[in-house]
Amino acid sequence: MIDNFPYIAVIIFIGLGIYTLMFKKNLIKIAIGVCLIENGANLFLITLGYRKGAVAPIYTLAPSGQSMVLPTPQALTLTSIVIGIATTALMLSIAMMIYKHYGTLDTDQVRRLRG
Amino acid sequence: MKKIIFGVAFLLFFSFLIVSAINMRSFGEPTFSEMDDYFIENAQSETGVNNVVTSIVFDYRGFDTLGEATVLFTAVVGVVALFRRAIK
Amino acid sequence: MKQMSKIVRTITNLLYGFIIIFGFYVIVHGHLTPGGGFQGGAVAASAFALLLVSYGSLNIQKFLKKDLLSILESCGLTMFIVLAFLGLGITFFYNFLANSGSWFGDTAVIGINSGNMNTGGVIPLMNIAVGLEVLSALGVIVLIMAIGAEFTKKKENS
Repeated sequence: MIDNFPYIAVIIFIGLGIYTLMFKKNLIKIAIGVCLIENGANLFLITLGYRKGAVAPIYTLAPSGQSMVLPTPQALTLTSIVIGIATTALMLSIAMMIYKHYGTLDTDQVRRLRG
Repeated sequence: MKKIIFGVAFLLFFSFLIVSAINMRSFGEPTFSEMDDYFIENAQSETGVNNVVTSIVFDYRGFDTLGEATVLFTAVVGVVALFRRAIK
Repeated sequence: MKQMSKIVRTITNLLYGFIIIFGFYVIVHGHLTPGGGFQGGAVAASAFALLLVSYGSLNIQKFLKKDLLSILESCGLTMFIVLAFLGLGITFFYNFLANSGSWFGDTAVIGINSGNMNTGGVIPLMNIAVGLEVLSALGVIVLIMAIGAEFTKKKENS
């Protein structure tokens, strides 16, 4: 079971992220939870493309005689990281405008729509 | 009462995650790699770059990069539109 | 946000040029070494974050203007789309400059070599376009959120 250690790290990330989403009431903590789930998914994508004893897939001054790691999950993870930045920036901006309008960041008091 | 239902649902979901992580394929042996073997063999002769990851991101799968640049641009438009009254 | 002390401001004045030049190095050599457009743009945008933290958000509007960064970002995305449309004779996003002998058109040596910068075709130009866009986009986001944090602060009653 100690061979699958990267997969256990992935489920610790996703489990902590879902716990924060379900049980916390501050808006900034909810934004941190969504960011944790997204980073756990990125780690899972990179972990899937590893070959034992291989080097990075670049031909400039590479050590000779060894196989290379799969390059396609790395390309997909690049896109996913940038989309995570966009999501986090928009969530924090909406949290700042809610604080200016309501005066508090607690979701139990923000819930009723006031004029 | 609501907290007990949330706690049981969370424990059920987390046990499902643990079972699937233990029975996963062993780390370091991918099974389906024909497409990536083709990319590693032919990226230098067809595109002419030494970096296989860059040739996948910009040449073989350039359409995903176009979508991602659009998402980043839309996020900047959204942030500026939210703070329109603060920067006047 | 208030200004930081004189030691922090002096070290920032010495350092931010080197950070921007390292970011441009990672962008331009994207087809030979690990890196590329997105990674180099993020490195260069951290120089803007360093300037913002050490000078405060009230004094920074004399150095970094939002209008200039916004025009640079639009130019970067437009250049990327124009480069994609130029190869439309065969297909969308076709690499029409690779192995052809003109600008960026040398043929690459197969196997392990030490890297020739003149290779690659359309890919180094796309790296520069995307790097310019990511640099400006992250700079605008950081700047607008710092100005907005002043706007949404609650007035403390003494």
